[in-house]
Amino acid sequence: MKRNDIIKIAGISGYFLFLIISLMVGFNPGKEIGYNFGSFSLDMLKILPGAFLLIGLFEVWVKRETIEKHFGEASGVRGYIWAVLLAGITVGGLYVAFPVAYSLYGKGAKLSVIFTYMGAAAICRVPMTIFEASFLGIKFTVIRLLVSLPLVIVASILLGNYLTKRNYKIMAGK
Amino acid sequence: MMYLYIVAGLAILASFLADRKRTLKAVKIAAKRFVNILPAFLTMIILVSIILFLIPDEVISNYLAGSNKFIGVIFASFFGSITLMPGFIAFPLSGILLEKGVAYMVLAAFTTTLMMVGILTAPIEKAYFGMKVTIIRNVMSLFIALIVTVMIGIFFGEIF
Repeated sequence: MKRNDIIKIAGISGYFLFLIISLMVGFNPGKEIGYNFGSFSLDMLKILPGAFLLIGLFEVWVKRETIEKHFGEASGVRGYIWAVLLAGITVGGLYVAFPVAYSLYGKGAKLSVIFTYMGAAAICRVPMTIFEASFLGIKFTVIRLLVSLPLVIVASILLGNYLTKRNYKIMAGK
Repeated sequence: MMYLYIVAGLAILASFLADRKRTLKAVKIAAKRFVNILPAFLTMIILVSIILFLIPDEVISNYLAGSNKFIGVIFASFFGSITLMPGFIAFPLSGILLEKGVAYMVLAAFTTTLMMVGILTAPIEKAYFGMKVTIIRNVMSLFIALIVTVMIGIFFGEIF
């Protein structure tokens, strides 16, 4: 683990050194990568603080029993419906869905439900879906949703059951 | 994106009026989690900045428009899996390709893998759920994207 950290830090330092040198000597590929880095960081910084604030509020206000009841082992079909609805209003993409899913899991949501949430957050965020339909047509979007959403739920149940049998626990303390 | 901050702002305000201490705790949790996951985000952003340079939109358009639809699907799934693109770029790009005569199934493969398969988001996914789950989920997503592609191909009369 320690060695990996050193490699990572070396890699990241090397990357920034490359950007700085590129900027100084006017090396175009480096400048372009630097520009990409800046604009993408900015995109992230627009979304992440708001998302994490909501996660923080969720952690202190929402009772564990509530999540267990609606997203947990006893939730049945309802858990999946909630997961899809919550995914519909999620902003950003998978990178926002991961920390949200992690919080839900920490409060007692079951694995298959959080995988459904992550999968659904990828494919049926409402603003994105409307945008898609306006460029590719409603027929395209409807077929895509009707095919992918059931498959996501089935795959999530299979993955959840498999991991539960293996006694998998999400342990990251992030 | 605007509504995220309207919701977050109202939530913080309501929380603050209800209980100051708890709200402060919430902000602390938020900051701590954000800082903890920051290295994974940094890794992702670095990878994105390099991939976007190596594979700009024009390259993707050329590959998707320039090949027959079955090879196009393979290219599309490849590019969709290894890049990361917000919807407001990906869908207009797909719209342009559609007008150029690119098959619906190629666009389905591209947009669906773009949404579901995240090689560039893997550093973050791994930090939360571990390597094994990250690999399984992404492989499953790739299969689902291919099934979507085939169904789109059938419904738009591009396969039979």
